[in-house]
Amino acid sequence: MLTLIGVVIVIVGFALRFNPLLVVVVAGIATGFAGNVPFEKILVTFGDAFARNRYLALFILTLPVIGLLERNGLKEQSQNLIKKIEAATAGRIMILYLFIREAAAALGLTSLGGHAQMVRPLVAPMAEGAAENKHGKLPEETRNKIKAFAASADNVGVFFGEDIFIAFGAILLMKGFFEQNGIILEPLQIAVWGIPTAIAAFIIHATRLYLLDRTIKHEVEMAGRRQETSVS
Amino acid sequence: MIISLSLVYYLTGILLAGVAYLAFIDRSNPKRYLTSLFWGLYAASFLFDKIIPPMYMGILAIAMAVIAGIGGVRTGSYDQAGDEFRAARARLLGNKLFWPALLIPLITVIGTVGLKDVTIGGLALLDKSNVTLVSLGVACVFAVLLAMAQTKETAVNSVKESRRLLDSIGWAAVLPQMLATLGGLFAIAGVGQTVATLVSSAIPIDNRFAVVAAYALGMALFTMIMGNAFAAFPVMTAGIGLPLIVNLHGGNPAVLAAIGMFSGYCGTLMTPMAANFNIVPAALLDLPDKNGVIKVQIPTALILLTVNVFLMYFLVFAFK
Repeated sequence: MLTLIGVVIVIVGFALRFNPLLVVVVAGIATGFAGNVPFEKILVTFGDAFARNRYLALFILTLPVIGLLERNGLKEQSQNLIKKIEAATAGRIMILYLFIREAAAALGLTSLGGHAQMVRPLVAPMAEGAAENKHGKLPEETRNKIKAFAASADNVGVFFGEDIFIAFGAILLMKGFFEQNGIILEPLQIAVWGIPTAIAAFIIHATRLYLLDRTIKHEVEMAGRRQETSVS
Repeated sequence: MIISLSLVYYLTGILLAGVAYLAFIDRSNPKRYLTSLFWGLYAASFLFDKIIPPMYMGILAIAMAVIAGIGGVRTGSYDQAGDEFRAARARLLGNKLFWPALLIPLITVIGTVGLKDVTIGGLALLDKSNVTLVSLGVACVFAVLLAMAQTKETAVNSVKESRRLLDSIGWAAVLPQMLATLGGLFAIAGVGQTVATLVSSAIPIDNRFAVVAAYALGMALFTMIMGNAFAAFPVMTAGIGLPLIVNLHGGNPAVLAAIGMFSGYCGTLMTPMAANFNIVPAALLDLPDKNGVIKVQIPTALILLTVNVFLMYFLVFAFK
């Protein structure tokens, strides 16, 4: 039971808004002590895992590209382009992105997208641009909501698409786990049973994105009315 | 191999060293020495991993956390392009601006799918065990060269712009890695077994629905704690899925695995522990609320988790 102290520290630390890096380090050291791991081994585990998981930071390599393009008007151009498309709304753009992201991931193309590569430079500005085009100036709160939804479309798409692809790591992990326990499964068998959830995920999130267009309209109108009353 | 993951890490390290240097000379940042030290240590972890022993790498990681914890990672000034400048550049360059951005996923996919078995003089072109990551690195190099050629900007400017973006993300850039280390310690200390024992002792094991619900919700919950469904899967499946659903009630293991893992992913959508999916994007998009992305994902995750429980209940026993 004592080993759960790390979980408690993380929950309390995050809730009290201490710096998450510090919370995680303290939780890690506490968990190690609770599990009777010697301090030296804790440090080695930290170092090993930190070095082994550096791939999680490789999005940093996209920043020189995105930064230069942003400096030269990438966001502005995304919005110019989207203004020419009459049918574009924030919700529809993000539904299209969700579909492409999920379908591509199901074909094994998980690298076709991403927050640094696609969402910040292209998807979010296009969705914002389309909403601005339809409804005029957006309140800050609405703008942030659109951005958050753009990030969510990327996550939902890639998560629930990738497990359909038979060579994906998760499928191989599951196959390996059952093999160790004496049950032989073909990757395809597992992938097929992911399809109902993958479809449900698309329907649920696409519906919420569809409804988002109405929320945007409503929020812009409310903000407009607030402004009128404050002026008069 | 000709292009290895280490090479891609060195590139990242050089970029981070540039960021650290620019932070060092930025007098507008009141904590410029600490900020520079933070990025400098991070750069060192990419550049000197073969020289630094694991224990000292651990101390380095903890030192970074302490610098962030005392508020030592701050932003500076960036000589940013104004609105008018950007609008004028957009008019001049037009849709050409999209090419470098789209080149990143394009080359990554080509490298991953098309070049993974290519050899030159008997040597593999790309590191086969990390082909996606290496392809991403190569893609970024080509993309930045194209971007520099099109915009007539210098390499120095690309590092300056990287620093502007990286500073807006701040310490959150390192959080995914730090959480992965926590997962490692959880595994060594046996946190998973404790959770599985707790859950399985709390449910009526004769009730099929209760067992299925406990497994799916347990996957989501444990994924939220660990920040990673892959870490939750072996623990929950060994603790509940395999003994109770497959062995006791005769459920189909393929259905169990597929829907169980997806239940874990519902948890991923709801936790700050999955920082690379939830916290880093919030920072990248300049959201004032670091949990902004999680908040819009929670409704989707909860509805989908409910759907998963029923899907598993109806499918796992129906198809043997």
